[in-house]
Amino acid sequence: MGNPGRDLKRVRLKLPATPEDIAALEPGMIVFLDGIVYTAREGAYKRVLEDGEPLPEGLAELSNVNFHCSPAAAPDGEGGYRVGGVTATASFRFSKWMAEWLERTGTRIVIGKGGMTREDYANILVPRGAVYLTTVGYGTGALLGRGIVGVHAVHWLDELGIAQAMWMFRVENFGPFIVDSDLQGNSLFASHGDRVNQRLEALYEGLKPPALHRYGETDDRRKEVM
Amino acid sequence: MIGTDRIEKAAFDIMCKAAIDIPQDYLTGIKGMIDLEKGDLSAFVLQSMVENWEAATEDRRPMCADTGLPRYYVKVGDKAKLPDGFVALERALRSATARATTDVPLRPNRVHPLWRNDHNNNVGLNAPEVEWSFEPEVDWIDITTVHKGGLFGSDYRMLFPGDGIDGIKRFFLDTLIAFGKRGLACQPAIVGVGVGGSKDTCMQLGKQAACLRVVGDRNPDPKIAALEDELKELGNNIGMGPMGFVGSSMVVDCHIEAGFTHTGGMPVSVHTFCLSSRRATARIHADGSIEYRTDPRWFTPYMRRETIGWETPAETSSASA
Ligand code: SF4
Repeated sequence: MGNPGRDLKRVRLKLPATPEDIAALEPGMIVFLDGIVYTAREGAYKRVLEDGEPLPEGLAELSNVNFHCSPAAAPDGEGGYRVGGVTATASFRFSKWMAEWLERTGTRIVIGKGGMTREDYANILVPRGAVYLTTVGYGTGALLGRGIVGVHAVHWLDELGIAQAMWMFRVENFGPFIVDSDLQGNSLFASHGDRVNQRLEALYEGLKPPALHRYGETDDRRKEVM
Repeated sequence: MIGTDRIEKAAFDIMCKAAIDIPQDYLTGIKGMIDLEKGDLSAFVLQSMVENWEAATEDRRPMCADTGLPRYYVKVGDKAKLPDGFVALERALRSATARATTDVPLRPNRVHPLWRNDHNNNVGLNAPEVEWSFEPEVDWIDITTVHKGGLFGSDYRMLFPGDGIDGIKRFFLDTLIAFGKRGLACQPAIVGVGVGGSKDTCMQLGKQAACLRVVGDRNPDPKIAALEDELKELGNNIGMGPMGFVGSSMVVDCHIEAGFTHTGGMPVSVHTFCLSSRRATARIHADGSIEYRTDPRWFTPYMRRETIGWETPAETSSASA
């Protein structure tokens, strides 16, 4: 294979992304971003949605992209920060906060690891005009680190620590990301999962179940554990 | 005599190397998989990973921003002299971890499990873990660090002798499929399987098999080696590649370690080392000089001894040369 993935469609988006840009995204497209991307995960969600802390001012005008990640960052000694790399964290854990968060912030692109379930796309992202991009790999921290050209601001660093603080990164040619869900709620992960599932039964043929079962066990490998 | 300052330096250097430079054996393994991969998205992901490792090495930045759980494995030569003692050695490992966290930088991943407070230096209660082993006849100390992803991809199960090899295969598939979907385990990975021992030994052996043996290495027991090959092929036949996309790249290699176990049981553990297979080793010689490498050489013949004593030093020195 000379140039893996050469047939995949690629696009570069200026942020905040416009509704037209977002509507044009299809599952399986490769995306790079320019502009400002912010990080928020359980720490920030709890602070705003459960403890009533106000959102940073002007968030919606700056960025409509929420990245589920934490940076490897350290103070640079001059009042700024050195960001080594960023790596996404698994998004499915955050669904309980996402509906309200999307509404409050006007976020339209969610980036993370592993996507969310079809149901979450249908019930949470699609009605709010949002799509999901996944990081690649997922350990492409160094490539993503290259795309971060600076820290625009960081919120709640003292209260939440480096991993959970809300970082606003200035990014350039930031990626690669792959589109998982589109505005119709189609999901790349789900469609690939379906294709993988078709072979599973044959794989287990002739392997008898163990003598001792476990609580909560299912023999349906088409199911996911998340 | 091996002074504490040399230990601290070696421990710090391997933290940096592990975080930034992908081991060659793993890189070669992944490149071989790209050539065989027919799924276009799977191949794209693998190619991106190769570019990511190149970027990490060029920029001297961590290959993955999730530091995982940095830890140490120490092998002390039976003849090694440590004037400052073992408590000083452990202290040096902790201080090297803290220093690497700010200097590389590594993400401070370690928090209290209940109160979630963070020392911002990857040091805390029972962290970093330090595991010890010994080596007869030699006067060096080997220190290995492993930064393994910490959330998905490992499981343990008590099987019974009647479940047989089929039981192991089934559990192996269960674990890879459960954590391979959507690529939660960040495959393709070196997969370690622990068989036997008590529950904790079973977990420990499987983890060490995944993290402390290189791609291409085979267990000296020919029948276990054959099972390693078989499980590798089984994993790559699932039909799943990186990120759970359709593909054939799941298991870069499979390593099995065994331990004598309860006569009625056959506990099994499965561990996937992730796409960022971060390991680095330093050997500190008696004169204080330090040599670096990426093969931990943890499982020496002495480690796999089956008898009461250890009476063949010739074998040891050839294996640890
Ligand atoms: S499991 Fe994935 S995200 Fe976690 S350390 Fe490994 S490569 Fe990075």
